[in-house]
Order: sequence, then structure tokens, then C-alpha cells
Amino acid sequence: MADIKEKISRLFPEATFEDGETLLVTIPDAKWHEMAKTLRDDEDLKFDFLVTIVGMDWVETLGAIYYLTSTTHNTHISVKVTTTDRVNPMLHSVADLWAIATIFEREVYDFFGIIFINNPDMRRLFLSIDWKGFPLRKDYDASPETNPVPTDNERQSDFTDTYVELPDGKIEKRQERVFQEDDFVVNIGPQHPATHGVLRFRTAVDGETIKKIDVYMGYIHRGIEKICEQLTYPQTLHFMDRMDYFSAHPYHHCLCMTIEQAAGIEISRRAQVIRVLMDELSRIASHCLFIGTYCMDLGATTMLFYTLRVREQILDIMERTCGARMTFNYECIGGVMQDLDVNFVKDVKELLAVLPANIKEYNKIFTGNVIAKNRLEGVGVLSNEDARSWSITGPSGRASGWACDVRKTDPYSIYGELDFKEIIRHEGDSMARFKVRMEEMEQSAHIIEQLIDNIPEGEICVKVPKVLKLPKGHWFRTVEGCRGTFGVYLESDGTVNPYRLKLVPPCLPLAAVVDHITRGEKIADLITIGGSMDYIVPDMDR
Amino acid sequence: MEVTTKSMPYEAWKDNEYIEKLVKELQDNGTNVVVGSLDKLINWGRSNSIWPLTFATSCCGIEFVSLGAARFDMARFGWEVARSSPRQADFIMVAGTIVHRMAPVLRRLYDQLAEPKYVIACGACAVSGGPFKKSYHVVMGCDQIIPVDVYLPGCPPRPEAMIYSIMQLSRKMKVERFFGVVNRKEKQEDFLKAHPISEC
Repeated sequence: MADIKEKISRLFPEATFEDGETLLVTIPDAKWHEMAKTLRDDEDLKFDFLVTIVGMDWVETLGAIYYLTSTTHNTHISVKVTTTDRVNPMLHSVADLWAIATIFEREVYDFFGIIFINNPDMRRLFLSIDWKGFPLRKDYDASPETNPVPTDNERQSDFTDTYVELPDGKIEKRQERVFQEDDFVVNIGPQHPATHGVLRFRTAVDGETIKKIDVYMGYIHRGIEKICEQLTYPQTLHFMDRMDYFSAHPYHHCLCMTIEQAAGIEISRRAQVIRVLMDELSRIASHCLFIGTYCMDLGATTMLFYTLRVREQILDIMERTCGARMTFNYECIGGVMQDLDVNFVKDVKELLAVLPANIKEYNKIFTGNVIAKNRLEGVGVLSNEDARSWSITGPSGRASGWACDVRKTDPYSIYGELDFKEIIRHEGDSMARFKVRMEEMEQSAHIIEQLIDNIPEGEICVKVPKVLKLPKGHWFRTVEGCRGTFGVYLESDGTVNPYRLKLVPPCLPLAAVVDHITRGEKIADLITIGGSMDYIVPDMDR
Repeated sequence: MEVTTKSMPYEAWKDNEYIEKLVKELQDNGTNVVVGSLDKLINWGRSNSIWPLTFATSCCGIEFVSLGAARFDMARFGWEVARSSPRQADFIMVAGTIVHRMAPVLRRLYDQLAEPKYVIACGACAVSGGPFKKSYHVVMGCDQIIPVDVYLPGCPPRPEAMIYSIMQLSRKMKVERFFGVVNRKEKQEDFLKAHPISEC
């Protein structure tokens, strides 16, 4: 970290530093783009993975914090850029350096009204064009009269605003078309059974070939981040169940770890083992449902019945311990809510006994099928560089040859002691994404095998004060969810409520990249490509 | 009159007063023997083949998938024909949160359903906004946009609860008068006049 600091201060004397778990660099906006280019391209730095952009409102300033990771050196850095202008706040865009920044910056604009100069597409992302105000600003008027429930169809626009910096430093606002004037645009969604939720694709086609897709989100945007600012820390936890409802355990794990780290709470070994067991069980359940619904998208309905059989078995195990089938709210600050069910070990062993035969069966029915091969192999290819540039993490990223498993790169909890393989494929097509998930189920089972006989005795939850106050500061943490890297950014001002709780969903990039990888493909393959990314819409919309 | 389905004895239902009140209201003016018998025949068919629209926005939708799979198997009751087009479906199971951007879409889907049509508000979000009560972008219950027949609480409701709610719906269908009544149900404009959005 010292080398990075030295190098940056040599190149950019304006930069100031703040040490912490992740180095925080503050840089004036005028120098930001130049610095971002250095951070990405310099051989010693190579920060090629933009984890997220956290929009912030510190009342006197507005700004953004960029979290960057170097995939070659496995180092992390965060950069803070601020502006004091609240009426017309502007920052420089980095959309030309990291492809995913286009979407991340649109999100920040939607929530905070910060305009990014040179971003090619400055529309709102989740809220409608007629929405008044920017909801995550501290002075936002949340009364229902300002923004009533719409009775008419939403106003649509074919234009987007861009703000271009001219050579003399002036900013010019321009209007650009989203599609070409003579494009033929087909609307798919939001109510479509194969978009895996309420997502909408505005698809420009040339005959059967896809020219461009405008991914339209926000049909399930529930404003979780804003609600959390009014709740106490234990109360914020239950929203983790309702984002990516398949990764409820890993998401809970992430937020609990962040709060525990901030409050300086050490949890018992038993609680850690239980958490990891639950994470891996939910990974198997999640991949099972992916395989089932994905094959159903392709017309192989039978697979759904086969895969849900295993999923139901896992849900039974969870239900006996957590008390619910889907929204568990099991992990809590300091450990887990209840102790394991008396039959937990027996049930899990039964599951492990039937799982290999089931996976073999799935492969027999589907993987080798000629139709499946023709529809998936070589379709929707995502290259390794593009996966990094678009921040495609999780099984989809690993199918493009990028070793991005947080359990391996930054082992959290007890993952460092466990023996498991990171599944990596290099084809980058839909079939690779399918196979990675298939093999990951085996690895998860392998992790469970190592732990199930060695659950240590001990307390399940340490004593935590009823009213939990965190010290001033900010924390950022990532875990491996079932669909990719899930992160939590937590800023506390010393009170019982979080000042800002930013959730970093893996599914937002997964949906955004659909435009990039479907260009030039046939429209009939759109559903198979989208399905193979395995995004969950409530997760990306939050 | 005991209104029940084949799979469940009358005493096992939790809210028989409601259905008795409904029956009493409907039979206040007496029933024509011919029309009444025809009603019974048609309702017997209708209530045993309720086709849902595949509509899900979030978590509840996954439980609806489980309901369709082998373990809970809604095909036992004649509900398995989930249609992707609202024009072929009998009811919407509003499974999940409805937000501002989705509200006009849901209303249009409801308009596209063929009469007689029904709505089940499935899960806490669709009933009242649920855990997102404080949100700026969530509609506090889908009954602000469309009329609801059955409210199904839970977050998400278990598949068994979903079965119960659709059985309730089928019970309601059984006592309705098909000729001249449900085919002329409350029109959406009237509903909107009675439930102005600004009050919500």
C-alpha cells in the first residue's frame, strides 16, 4: 500500500490520503480523469476492476467514492471526488475507461443528481423522467404528494442528454438519440416470463440480428438504501433477504460482517461455521433453481421438476433451523439467531448422499443434449477483458476465465482454511456459464463435507448491546454471493442509524452487459444469453 | 348453504362468516330456477380450472414456481395452466412488490384480462406495502390500483398458503351468479373514481 501511495503522490501532488482498511485518495475533480487513466493503465497499479461507485451526500458537499480493485496485484483502492455545487453538481465521467461506469454513473445521477461530464447516456436509471427530486439526497422531500402513484403510462423519450466538455473548458448540453432514427425497435418485457423478473429490453433489430439493446430497469426499485437510513442497524438486516432472495445467507453474512467489523465484535467459531454452511447450502439451492429455470427458458420444462427436488430438500433443512423457506433473517449481529436443528447434521448428510447422483442426472438429461449444445455453445461470448471492464463477477465472470471468487482472492470468515477449487472456464459462452454453475455445486458440497462433522461447540451469538451505536467512519466489504461479488458500503456518523448504506449488487452489471454481448447475435438467442447471466431483478433495482 | 371444495371439509375453513354473508347478499332477491342451475353448472367448471397469469415481480414469484413444481403441484386443483398472456388468464396473482414504475403496467395487465377476472394480492408487499412501507417508490398495496378479491399475507406466503388463497377464490367463484352479475363487474373507471390515487 505504501508503494501505491508514494507513486500516486509523486504523479498527483494534489491528492490527499486517508489510511484505513482500504486506502482512500481524495483528488480534485479536474485531475480525476487523468488519475483514473493512470490507475487503470500503469503497470504497478493496474486497477482494472471498478467494483462500484458510491454516491454520497455530505450536506455541504456532494460526491462519489470509486472502489477499484487490481485483478493482477489483488490490491484495493478507493478514490473520493467531491463538488460543493448542490444546484448543478458536475463531475468528470470515467465511462471511457471502465465500460460499467456508464451504468454506475447513471445510478449516482438518479439518486443524487450529480451530472457526469462526457458520459454518453445521462438518463435516469430507476426512476421515471418526470420524477421530482433526487431521493438519496439528505434534503429530499419524500412526501407522496411530490411524486404520486402514476395513473397513466410512463412518459417515454427516445432521447438522452449528454454533457460534453468543449476544448475551451465550457460544458455543452446535447441531446442524442438512444436509437438511430430508422431503427426497428422491439419491446421485450417488463411482463415477460423469460426475463427472470420485471426487466425490460428495448431491442433494435436489423432483420433477426440485434443491433442494440436499451436495458430499462426500475420496475422493482423499492428504495432499500433510503429506508435503511431511517432504521437501526439490526433492523436493516432483513432487507438482505429481499434483494437477491437466493443469496439471502451470503448477503446477510456480508452486512453482519461489516457491522461487526465497525463495532469491533468478535464472533464465535461455531457461528462462523454455521454461517459458511448456510452460505454454501444456499449456493447449491440457488444454482439448482438457475439450472431449472434456465432449461425451462430453452423449452426443457422437465428439468425444473428435477432440480426443484434438490432445492426443496435444502429448503426443508433451512426451514427446520431458520424457521422460514425463503426470507430467513437468520444471521444477526454477533452470530446467528437460533442454534442448529437437532437433525441438521443428519439431514445435510442425506442431501450430500443424493446430490452427486442428481448432478449426474442433470448432465445426462441436458448438458450433452444436441439441441442444448447448438443453442448454447459459442453463443453470447464474453471475453476476459470485457468481463473485467463490465465488472462481471461470480460464475458468469469465471466462465470468461477471470478468477474473481472473493472466497479465494480475499478469504473472509473461515474460507481461508477450507479446501475447494475455483471453477474457471475460458470459453466465455452461455454453455461455459452453465457448466461453471454445475461444477460449483460439487465444490460447495465439498466445502460442506469438510465442515459438517466438525461443527465446534460454543455459543451461537455473542452479547451485543440492544442499542448498537457505531463509531464515526466508513467501511466497505465484499463477499461472494451466489451470482457474484456483493458489497456493502457503510458510513456511520456515530448515531444508531447508518448515515449511508450502499449495497453493491452483482446483478446490475450482469443485466447491463446484455447489450454488449448480444450485439450481432440473433434475437432468438437473447433469452438464452440473458438467462445464462442469471440476474435477479430485485437485486439490481434494490 | 355450505360452500366448500372437494378437498376440504366446510368446518376447516377459517372465515365462513364472510362466504355466508356473500351467499346471503346474492340470494336476497331469490334465484331463477333455470338460471340458478345453469349458474351452478358453469361455476362448477369455472372454479375448477382457474388459470393464473404468470406475473411475479419478486420473492413471492419464486414460491409460485415452487407451487407449480412437483412437491406442491397445483395441477391437482386445475390451476397449472399458467398463461403468459393476460388475455387467456382468469386471475392475476400479484406476487411481489408493486412500485411506481410498475403500477401502470399492472393496471394495463388487469385491463387486458378477460371478464370475469380476479386478483389475489399475494404477500405483504402486495397487501399493504409490507416491509417497504417507508419507501418513496412503493405502492402501498396493489388495491390502490386494481380491485382485489383475496388478500394473502406472508413474506413470502408458503406454497400451502397460496393453495389456500386460490381455494378461497374458487369458493368465491362457486357462489357467484355468472349470468348478468360477474360478467358486468365493477368497471375499472368506477373503481378508480371510488379509489382516487391522491388519497392513498
